[in-house]
Amino acid sequence: MADNDIPADIRKMSFEEALDELKAIVGKLEQGQGTLDSAIGDYDRGAALKRHCDAKLREAQAKIEKISLSADGSVSSEALDVE
Amino acid sequence: MSDFYPESGPAGGGFAGNAPGNVPEFSVSEISQAVKRTLEGTFERVRVRGEISGFKRAASGHLYMALKDESAVLDAVCWRGTAGRLSIKPEDGMEVIASGRITSYPGRSKYQIVIDSLELAGEGALLKLLEERRRKLAEEGLFAEERKQALPFLPQVIGVVTSPTGAVIRDILHRLADRFPRRVLVWPVLVQGEGAAEQVAAAIRGFNAFPADGGPLPRPDLLIVARGGGSLEDLWAFNEEVVVRAAAESRIPLISAVGHETDTTLIDFAADRRAPTPTAAAEIAVPVRRELLIQTGELERRLLAAASRLVAERQERVEGLGRGLVDPKRLVEEMNQRLDERAERLKGAWTTLLRDWQARLDRLQASLPHPRQFLAVRAEQLAGPAARLDYLRPRLLAERRQEIDGLNRVLESVSYKKVLQRGYAVVRGPEGAITRPEAVTPGLALELEFASGRAAATGGSGQPASASAADPTSAKKPAVRKGKKKSSSDDPQGSLL
Repeated sequence: MADNDIPADIRKMSFEEALDELKAIVGKLEQGQGTLDSAIGDYDRGAALKRHCDAKLREAQAKIEKISLSADGSVSSEALDVE
Repeated sequence: MSDFYPESGPAGGGFAGNAPGNVPEFSVSEISQAVKRTLEGTFERVRVRGEISGFKRAASGHLYMALKDESAVLDAVCWRGTAGRLSIKPEDGMEVIASGRITSYPGRSKYQIVIDSLELAGEGALLKLLEERRRKLAEEGLFAEERKQALPFLPQVIGVVTSPTGAVIRDILHRLADRFPRRVLVWPVLVQGEGAAEQVAAAIRGFNAFPADGGPLPRPDLLIVARGGGSLEDLWAFNEEVVVRAAAESRIPLISAVGHETDTTLIDFAADRRAPTPTAAAEIAVPVRRELLIQTGELERRLLAAASRLVAERQERVEGLGRGLVDPKRLVEEMNQRLDERAERLKGAWTTLLRDWQARLDRLQASLPHPRQFLAVRAEQLAGPAARLDYLRPRLLAERRQEIDGLNRVLESVSYKKVLQRGYAVVRGPEGAITRPEAVTPGLALELEFASGRAAATGGSGQPASASAADPTSAKKPAVRKGKKKSSSDDPQGSLL
């Protein structure tokens, strides 16, 4: 599923927030609370939260940069190679 | 050494020491200036270790003191402009290392050191200073708990302030790669020596100055300030106020990881979190990616299971309810039947009611009590005591009987018949028991009573047989103890008793 299926409010969430809400939704569904409509809505949201979490976990990238300051005080970076 | 020979040297040249006339001649000022130049040229920058004594702050703001050791004293001065920048406040007795130049004071024929910077010498002094500084900054509230910011659970970009070479940055990057690879911006700084503190502070402030979005580089959401282990002096930059303040003011949450576990520097108090080592800082900074993947996978599985179970349960309920729906025609028929049945029952109801009342009347009548019943009750009440009386009577009789038997046994035990059983006999005449021999007259009819029975006898004619052991009567006579007791004392046969 593509990430653009994810609602905007979820996309703004941190990993931790998304994980917490996902846990809450799973707990609610497992208790069988709510109407069928709300259960379906919860499921869709839970699935979107899971995709968002996955996306966050996929972002694992090890980009290591070193800051360098130019004379005028502006910052730039260059790759830092630490063996 | 030619500097010592001023331009006003002897015009004629020649060699010094050749003759007194050839030795150049100085004015006092000239030689003083020459000495000054030599001192300043030779000792332009020195570090001198000694103990401060005679410390004075002049009204002008200049500081005067002497540095001394066991055998020498060196005057020292610190000009007002420098005095304000000193990292320590000089006090008498303090062991310090003064940096500066040696110069002279020609007006007093003195030489002295002009101090540029002062540092404490010796660990004890450093610790004392550290403690004072800690207290001062704590009073300002820089270390207060409420200033501490929560660390992000999963930072996107981590800013690291440390030396770009060496084990520290390597340890941090390796541990980050193991747990959760992240984008890392390293701000290279000196971590020791002159300017280190300023660089570290500038780096912390620099990261904080990154625009939140839209800048050339992303603003880190977590900072790590790190340095490997070292001596107290090596780590000193992280005790400097400028660093502590920068850490305390950082709006980006900051982890300090300076030195080893046992080293504590002031930045640790100001940081939002203190890590015992650089590696630990990386562990605090990010969670383990693999564990999170497992966790979200598990949540997804539960989400699916719960949702499908929910739908299945509802489907079952719908089906169950569907089965429960019945044909309306059948419902009407059923109702009709029930109506008929009720009508039938209504008809029979009146007679049933009458019958019921009759039955109740009969029951009441039956339950009226007859006088005989009262009698029976009374009789029953009497029966109890009567039974007790019947029970007690034989017992009373038996007790009496026992009493009588007891008395009888006592009586028997004192009866003369007991004596008879031991072989004695009672002699009776017509007047009753004979207890004296004189009472036995010849021909007197006697009755002898033995234990087993009685025999008749007749009194003899002879003298009373006083000594004859063979005489049966004499043997028997004393046998009656009860009657004869008093006379037995003068009885010649009393000895037989």
